[in-house]
Amino acid sequence: MTRSLWHSLSGEQLSERFLRDTTSSVSLSRLIGGCSLDHNPTRLHGRSVLLATRTQFASALALIALDGIARRIVLYPAGMPASHLPSVIAAASADTIVTDAPLPSGVSSDLDLVTCGSTLTQDRREIGGLATEWILLTSGTTGEPKLTMHTLATMAGAIPCSAERANRPVWSSFYDIRRYGGLQIFLRALLTGGSMVFSSAEELPGEFLARATAAGVTHISGTPSHWRRALMSPMARQFNPRYVRLSGEIVDQGILDSLHAAYPRATIVHAFASTEAGVGFEVYDGLAGFPAEFIGKNGEVELKVEDGSLRIRSPRTALRYLSDEKFAIDDGFVNTGDLVELQDGRYYFVGRRDGMINVGGAKVHPEEVEAVLNRHPRVRVALAKARRNRFTGSVVIADVVLNAAAAHDEGEATALTHELLAMCRDALADYKVPAAIHFVPSLEITPSGKLARLNG
Amino acid sequence: MSPRTAIVSQFERIAREKDVRLPPLDDNLVLLESGLDSLSFAVIVARLEDELGIDPFSAEEDVEIPITFADFVKIYEDASA
Repeated sequence: MTRSLWHSLSGEQLSERFLRDTTSSVSLSRLIGGCSLDHNPTRLHGRSVLLATRTQFASALALIALDGIARRIVLYPAGMPASHLPSVIAAASADTIVTDAPLPSGVSSDLDLVTCGSTLTQDRREIGGLATEWILLTSGTTGEPKLTMHTLATMAGAIPCSAERANRPVWSSFYDIRRYGGLQIFLRALLTGGSMVFSSAEELPGEFLARATAAGVTHISGTPSHWRRALMSPMARQFNPRYVRLSGEIVDQGILDSLHAAYPRATIVHAFASTEAGVGFEVYDGLAGFPAEFIGKNGEVELKVEDGSLRIRSPRTALRYLSDEKFAIDDGFVNTGDLVELQDGRYYFVGRRDGMINVGGAKVHPEEVEAVLNRHPRVRVALAKARRNRFTGSVVIADVVLNAAAAHDEGEATALTHELLAMCRDALADYKVPAAIHFVPSLEITPSGKLARLNG
Repeated sequence: MSPRTAIVSQFERIAREKDVRLPPLDDNLVLLESGLDSLSFAVIVARLEDELGIDPFSAEEDVEIPITFADFVKIYEDASA
């Protein structure tokens, strides 16, 4: 029988441990005695459940209630447009929606609607014992999300058994727990004797750090972009974490040095992880990149570099996409698509094989931006590419070749730039909108006839 | 164009695009209280690089993280001096 998340919590000084957000707090001892759903959870045995809540807190409670009972739980991230709901429901064969909000229009009323909240009403008893599939959404090239399958076992594989337990860590994360990075931290708090304080998209970094300080947060994670923004807050100096974890973007030496200066007593760690590849490795030496000896080492996680890109084989990789598309290639290695370069005994991340652009931890497929620009009648062809940026890691820049008819002076070019940017703002999430558009005479084409993508 | 003039105009442009009401861009303004998010600062820095030809925040430079508007302007003034 598989141990569920709920079952994993029992008997660990639960009364002193808690989950908390801006408005709610619950001790784990109360949590294991109750359930936040308006149905008895046993009714949801074997269901495929779409979990779409406004707050992380409500998702956290529902996830603990449903793991081991539902056959499948799809975590719908905050900030993902409701327009994707119908395709996600279809792809996951969802028969039940668990939510704390009114359903948006366009969602089929055939689904069983279950309301969840931030308080505990129903009893929760251990039943089921299913190895629930956890479905995480990531962005795909066409703009439709990809559904990636994990289980509690693959998600928890990277979590150390006991090291932190004695110190009763209080975790927090700038990430949302409905994304891989945040979910890792949530599970880590639950499975290593800790508590968790959830961030809120509505809070300024200073307000969040003040709340984290008041709640006694000792361990905290985020992307380099989260930290660059947080360190702009005067409140960052009051905060005193023991452990700071970075992931989700390329970590440069600048942000590591800034964090060491701000938190000299903290352990500063950066981790390589992705939804598909799971947690690959952690780097503790305070330097960007990772030591070359990580490659080719035998162990639970194996790394290799082929064609310049990092590949990972481990029990922590996702099981598969829900579609037929494969991401694990030859002999179980997952190609991360991240390009690395060896310099003086260390590997450094230099960009993406597919040209994907990482803006503050959010993925942008250049094809999606180009498709919008190419719709304009005066655009012959557009190329979206990354430019390094201190505040978000990268920003999107577009190179545009105009049609021959489009002779332009400077005033006309400015007007056209504004027109193209307005089109992008209408069609794309704001982090996908190019920061700047450059008009160029031509673009390089590869021998196979594709746009040459510079990686960086 | 002086860095300050270019910076003020880029702050105002992104605020228009994002429909954000900017407080007065005084030297003491705490950047996080300007109403602009990380992405807005990223766009400002990218556009200033096109306009002024410098990105003083690029990884090679070791600049302090700016907290106030004056810090931000000074980083550009020092880099173009």
